[in-house]
Amino acid sequence: MEWEVVIGLETHTQLKTNTKIFSGASVKYGAEPNTQACEVSLALPGVLPVLNRQAVECAIKFGLAINAHIAPRSVFARKNYFYPDLPKGYQISQFELPVVGKGAVTIQVPAVGKNAAYEKVVNITRAHLEEDAGKSVHGAVEGMSGIDLNRAGTPLLEIVTEPDMRSAAEAVAYAKKLHELVQWIDICDGNMQEGSFRCDVNVSVRPKGSEKLGTRREIKNLNSFKFMTQAIEYETRWQIETLEDGGTIHQATVLFNPDTGETRAMRSKEEANDYRYFPDPDLLPLVISEADKARVLVNMPELPEAMKARFEVQYGLSTYDANALTTSRDLANYFVETTNFGVDAKQAANWVMGSVAAKLNAEDKAIVDSPISAQQLAQLLKRISDNTISNNAAKQVFEAMWNSEGEVDAIIAAKGLKQESDSGAIEVIIDEVLAANAAMVEEFKAGKEKAFNALVGQAMKASKGKANPTQVNDILKKKLSA
Amino acid sequence: MALSIEDIKKVAHLARIEVSDSDAAATLTKLTGILGLIEQMQAVDTTGIVPMSHSQDLSQRLRDDAVTKTNLRDEFQKNAPALGNGSAEQAVAGGLYLVPKVIE
Repeated sequence: MEWEVVIGLETHTQLKTNTKIFSGASVKYGAEPNTQACEVSLALPGVLPVLNRQAVECAIKFGLAINAHIAPRSVFARKNYFYPDLPKGYQISQFELPVVGKGAVTIQVPAVGKNAAYEKVVNITRAHLEEDAGKSVHGAVEGMSGIDLNRAGTPLLEIVTEPDMRSAAEAVAYAKKLHELVQWIDICDGNMQEGSFRCDVNVSVRPKGSEKLGTRREIKNLNSFKFMTQAIEYETRWQIETLEDGGTIHQATVLFNPDTGETRAMRSKEEANDYRYFPDPDLLPLVISEADKARVLVNMPELPEAMKARFEVQYGLSTYDANALTTSRDLANYFVETTNFGVDAKQAANWVMGSVAAKLNAEDKAIVDSPISAQQLAQLLKRISDNTISNNAAKQVFEAMWNSEGEVDAIIAAKGLKQESDSGAIEVIIDEVLAANAAMVEEFKAGKEKAFNALVGQAMKASKGKANPTQVNDILKKKLSA
Repeated sequence: MALSIEDIKKVAHLARIEVSDSDAAATLTKLTGILGLIEQMQAVDTTGIVPMSHSQDLSQRLRDDAVTKTNLRDEFQKNAPALGNGSAEQAVAGGLYLVPKVIE
């Protein structure tokens, strides 16, 4: 039987605020344990939550960015459960009336094997505000667990999708797109190591063509795209094998073990899914007016989709290039800055997505940490277009610049990379090559096209790589056809 | 809706309240009474009425995103309970609050 996997995501994004969602305690990462755990974080008797305006504005901004309905009135609810890192015995969240309603995100699913790349719309069910829990630290004291409540009360926006994704590739494409978007609109720092962006993935399988959803299992707390792919692929295989062996899938929460690459169900005791939600009497309904939305909209940057469309028109880039250059605001800015120094947009796009991206990838750096500034890159590209250096030589200059060996012109001079564009000098070289390679010339005249390239190679070699390849081509063609 | 003793035990467990067998029977009677009242209320026609989530007809006030809390850890940790098992020492170490081991 052919199976289809159905995937939905719930993503916890930590909102970019100075303070907690319900108190004025700092949320700065990495502080000494419990130094940012105020009386509200500790749930001391008599304390009351007071909602952070910035957290609300982040939620509105997200809603506007995905064209979602923003609830004019939303309600905070208590989600009740006991765990040592949750001193109140409940998490303040939103249940029946979330702040952000239905919206949509367009994703680009990359080509995998023989399947071509494609675009797809993933529908967002809702997004709601809630507080994070504290952290349990194990092993500090024998037989005990340590509790650090610095993180307790950190503002989160939980973003929930419809079960719209049909492969690990689609799920990861969505997660990456969302990750880019929340950073683009500056509501989340996107730091996955520090837990600012964590995904829960719901996976179920069903016979292909069936309309009915299978029983889902939820993979908790994935904080890397690589693990997400591995976890979904393992979970999908496991569910299909279980069903094919005549077993049944039980709804469960599972954890992914990166060491084994496997998922395993948490014990049922660990997931008493009986949260007894009810409206929190400590908080009044959150009312958002048209004026509130308008105020947030003023600070909304041009969104990636709009920028992509503009790049295609303004710079004549392909959809593929425009997509690649708008994966982050910093990358887009770098590209625009490079072209602003008066270089060809297509050439700039190729270098930004080619050499620059490859280097950044290899060294796991962000574009803002590139040792080559947009201005320096532009200078290098100008030296290619004014024929001072060949494309190959430019690659060497680029390497040297990346290693901070100096400015473009100084490197060209120091390495002797200036190309020979004097046609007289090139003609001399070519005449020598033709004389020394009579056999190749005969082959070419007998119709062997490859011989031409070999002759170009010889001429380049004779010029120690410095001859302008375009001129070599032209002159050689002329001489051979004479 | 008919409640059972098992429901009482389950709700008590979820709320971490210890209810003895004898108390459970009395609690069952009382809770069944309360559910009866709710059933009566559900007979009222509420078509077109916006559900109320708070008894006051006001909206939430918002706070500016500025740090107002200072580090009072040492003060707060004076409230930590004793370690137990005969030790009078407080259940804190290296700034952490200590609790019985939680196993993932």
